[in-house]
Amino acid sequence: MKERLVIIGNGMAPGRMLEKLFELAPGRYAVTIFNAEPRVNYDRIMLSPVLSGEKTYEQIVIHGDGWYINHGITLHKGTRVTAIDRVAKTVTTDNGLVEPYDKLVIATGSVPFIIPVPGHNLPGVLSYRDLDDVDAMILAARSRGNAVVIGGGLLGLEAAAGLAEQGMQVSVVHLMPTLMERQLDPAAGYLLKKAIEERGIRVLTGANTKAITGNGRVEAVELEDGTRIAADLVVMAVGIRPNGALGKAAGLTVNRGIVVDDQMRSSDPDIFALGECVEHRGATYGLVAPLYEMAGVLARTLVDEPAAYNGSVTATKLKVTGIDLFSAGDFAEAPGREEIVLRDAARGVYRRLVLQDNRVIGAVLYGDTGDGAWFFQLLREGADIAEMRETLIFGQGYAGGSPLDPMAAVAALPDEAEICGCNGVCKGKIVAAITGQNLTGLDQVRAVTKASASCGSCTGLVEQLIGLTLGGDYQPAEMKAMCGCTDLGHDEVRRLIVAKQLKSIPAVMQELEWKTSCGCSKCRPALNYYLLATWPGEYVDDNQSRFINERAHANIQKDGTYSVVPRMWGGVTSAKELRAIADVAEKFNIPTVKVTGGQRIDLLGVKKEDLPGVWADLNAAGMVSGHAYAKGLRTVKTCVGSEWCRFGTQDSTGLGIRLEKFTWGSWTPHKVKLGVSGCPRNCAEATVKDIGIICVDSGYEFHIAGAAGLEVKQTVLLCKVASEEEVLEYTGALMQLYREQAHYLDRIHKWVKRVGLDSVKQQIVEDGERRRALFARFVQAQKHAQVDPWAERVNGAFAHEFKPLADLRLAHAAE
Amino acid sequence: MIMTEEWIDIGTLEDIPRRGARVVKTARGDIAVFRTMDDGLFAMDDKCPHKGGPLSQGIVQGDSVTCPLHNWVISLRTGEAQGADHGCTRIIAVRLEQGRVLLSWPGMAIQAA
Ligand code: SRM
Ligand SMILES: Cc1cc2nc3c(=O)[nH]c(=O)nc-3n(C[C@H](O)[C@H](O)[C@H](O)COP(=O)(O)OP(=O)(O)OC[C@H]3O[C@@H](n4cnc5c(N)ncnc54)[C@H](O)[C@@H]3O)c2cc1C
Ligand code: SF4
Ligand code: FES
Repeated sequence: MKERLVIIGNGMAPGRMLEKLFELAPGRYAVTIFNAEPRVNYDRIMLSPVLSGEKTYEQIVIHGDGWYINHGITLHKGTRVTAIDRVAKTVTTDNGLVEPYDKLVIATGSVPFIIPVPGHNLPGVLSYRDLDDVDAMILAARSRGNAVVIGGGLLGLEAAAGLAEQGMQVSVVHLMPTLMERQLDPAAGYLLKKAIEERGIRVLTGANTKAITGNGRVEAVELEDGTRIAADLVVMAVGIRPNGALGKAAGLTVNRGIVVDDQMRSSDPDIFALGECVEHRGATYGLVAPLYEMAGVLARTLVDEPAAYNGSVTATKLKVTGIDLFSAGDFAEAPGREEIVLRDAARGVYRRLVLQDNRVIGAVLYGDTGDGAWFFQLLREGADIAEMRETLIFGQGYAGGSPLDPMAAVAALPDEAEICGCNGVCKGKIVAAITGQNLTGLDQVRAVTKASASCGSCTGLVEQLIGLTLGGDYQPAEMKAMCGCTDLGHDEVRRLIVAKQLKSIPAVMQELEWKTSCGCSKCRPALNYYLLATWPGEYVDDNQSRFINERAHANIQKDGTYSVVPRMWGGVTSAKELRAIADVAEKFNIPTVKVTGGQRIDLLGVKKEDLPGVWADLNAAGMVSGHAYAKGLRTVKTCVGSEWCRFGTQDSTGLGIRLEKFTWGSWTPHKVKLGVSGCPRNCAEATVKDIGIICVDSGYEFHIAGAAGLEVKQTVLLCKVASEEEVLEYTGALMQLYREQAHYLDRIHKWVKRVGLDSVKQQIVEDGERRRALFARFVQAQKHAQVDPWAERVNGAFAHEFKPLADLRLAHAAE
Repeated sequence: MIMTEEWIDIGTLEDIPRRGARVVKTARGDIAVFRTMDDGLFAMDDKCPHKGGPLSQGIVQGDSVTCPLHNWVISLRTGEAQGADHGCTRIIAVRLEQGRVLLSWPGMAIQAA
């Protein structure tokens, strides 16, 4: 009698295994298969093309009914095995069959993971695993209604693209900040998100699903932040779990999956496991390539040939037409690893290789994945790439290709992109002037178009445009690069952020072809500021790109403690505030209380863990952060002025308080300090401040560009105004111009020196319309900026920043 | 808290912000545990080789951290100061197991007892 081989599950892995087995020993086994799905073996991978309508079920069948008949296989469709009796060596099914085996193969695949949020079992909530799911989705799509896909990984995105193809309004809700974060790095994740959105699919990242709601049927998905998305269909694609339940119930060793050795044998010598339900050397797999390797090994084991499975490296592709991505191996940072990055913004290409000991250990490709297979081969072979390191990133076909063009970003700008912000000149106009009037140099372009004729920040870009238009003859002056991550200078980056509407750090890095995958401590804080200043209320601050003082909203001290400086508007305080400060100092054992050079009180030596407590008490007494740590408004120093002083000409104290209440909270390229003195005796030292007001009988002198730090700079008089209202308008306008034009870490005096006092005068004093527009933009930005960061943190924001991850001292004491 | 012979469980990967660090307080001083952009994990004494600055408070870039006090750049892999500066911070063994972060250092068990 033939040996009896029973297989549980009729998926892709056992299908491949049987093909091999019949090749090796055609008549050896009598095969019986039980399959819970009521159908033959089909290509599960191709479900997405079935969903999108590109293929039919018939086209993806791997083994038709005839194949089973030809090989004498008994296939029980729609029959689930419910138990394995290892002593009697039988399996029992849900319809009462008891089938004996000599050898048993468990190939039960995976089960989709369902997040147990309220409403997860409402009708209309589907997973994405088999043909029944696809049929249900296609049926639901006939309504052309709204679909929400929970999960932005491989399956979720394929489902989303398919449903959109079927005419549904699709939203993808993803918990992590970038899509497919397990296979892609943030740069590639950014490109993927853009491509998905271009298909009309809404993508919500960093979004945590709170509940699925509906009356008898799904109607909406609710997120943790309160957002509600209407839904006629919800697809949950948040991951899979190896299906080891049967094995576990039968007493086999099961961890995450059914544990097998290198021959695919479970802890019972007559029972084998294969496919996604398996755990081999601690690893589980969710892609077919490794399962096919397992299948070959098992077939040979079943005919007593020596064979061993040694684990696999996997590569991922996304099967959405028009989106090319590839990732393989390991690209986490770790000891001894280096990276090579190539970006081509115009073509939407991003490539990153991770190397260790001159070998490729990880690869991420987006946009142009033609070399994926080659990189994957180098990776699997562990090939030594030292010889071709310089050109490796360009791929296999590289034949002395050209280096990246630093002008590409400018070349790729649309004609209507604004190059000169001061005079509102766009790219098309400059190019037209150069060609139309045969211009050959910067001065001519300036004279004709006015571009770069004011502050000059866009000079580099204008020169590049001249170079691009005239070809090789024109040599633009070299730009001073922001840092080693880019060839572009601060001005160019700032202008391109506006012109190309770039709204996140990964967007800037991709579109402007950064040479590293995630920047450095020089460019990241600068980009964070530029984005914040350009898109107030829209850009989400990147806390991890900030220096510790701005991240923790306190100044770090030499011993790692912090100092806390509450605002004291215009240097004026009260008994109540002083009492609260005294109480806080005592309650938290704060060692030093000092009056600062900025007319307020510094509490020095506060432990980081105590910061939220200290702030809570100060908040309770009405005090807010003094931003003593910020590239932003610091202090407004005042003198007593006309209210008390026998020489005072105006209410300098009151004006100082007004100015501080107007400007606090704003983020600026460097710190900004103001001073208001009640008369030219200048007791508030206003003439060494970034903006200084000297009150005189007839009104107010408006001084700018002073400093008393590493360099001592006396202010220059910009103009004289008559009223407090005008002082506020000029101050807001000047701060905004500084915010828009300065390089990160340049104080006002450095910025004025670079763009020229005349340019500032022209825009603030002479051009009233421009001044009022600047003022209005400042007011607008302040609406989003004037939130007390201390109060936010007292209420729980960024709690992790202030707590140690673990306190082993306490743990040990308690044990 | 799970304690094995030589590894101690201090929390989950998600507890540490990407491109950031958290502090673990121990009887022998603070330890900084870093998580890079790509989820690389590193740990070392929370002490800059220059003047003892708390490296956990620095900006993480690639696989190094910039000290918050005077901007020395310290390699997370070796603990060594980069560029012209010289000095080295002690590295602590760290590994990730099923989403949990585990630390180990010589003499840990004795201290823990
Ligand atoms: C606390 C204080 C000294 C004091 O005890 O009085 C102080 C303390 C620090 N100053 Fe200052 N400066 C203080 C008033 C000043 C003044 C005087 C003033 O504002 O009228 C100046 C000269 C005026 C000026 O800024 O032009 C001043 C010029 C500087 C500079 C040089 C700036 C420059 O452009 O050259 C720095 C370095 C920097 O910012 O890059 C600096 C940096 C610092 C830092 C933030 C150093 C640092 O990065 O950690 C110190 C923080 C200590 C802390 O934890 O609070 N501090 N610093 C004063 C706080 C004022 C406040 O209430 O916010
Ligand atoms: C939509 C989709 C797209 C995919 N795209 C890709 C891709 O692009 N590339 C790639 O490499 N991989 C992809 N995969 C993954 C790939 O399809 C799987 O890795 C592969 O199909 C797993 O094969 P398997 O034989 O282990 O399990 P499965 O193919 O899942 O088969 C398991 C079978 O066992 C049956 N079963 C379970 N329990 C019992 C029981 N008790 N009794 C009887 N029968 C039972 C199930 O009904 C099922 O039919 C995709 C998967 C899906 C769902
Ligand atoms: S003068 Fe120097 S030492 Fe004094 S507070 Fe300012 S930065 Fe620190
Ligand atoms: S203490 Fe770290 S750089 Fe000085």
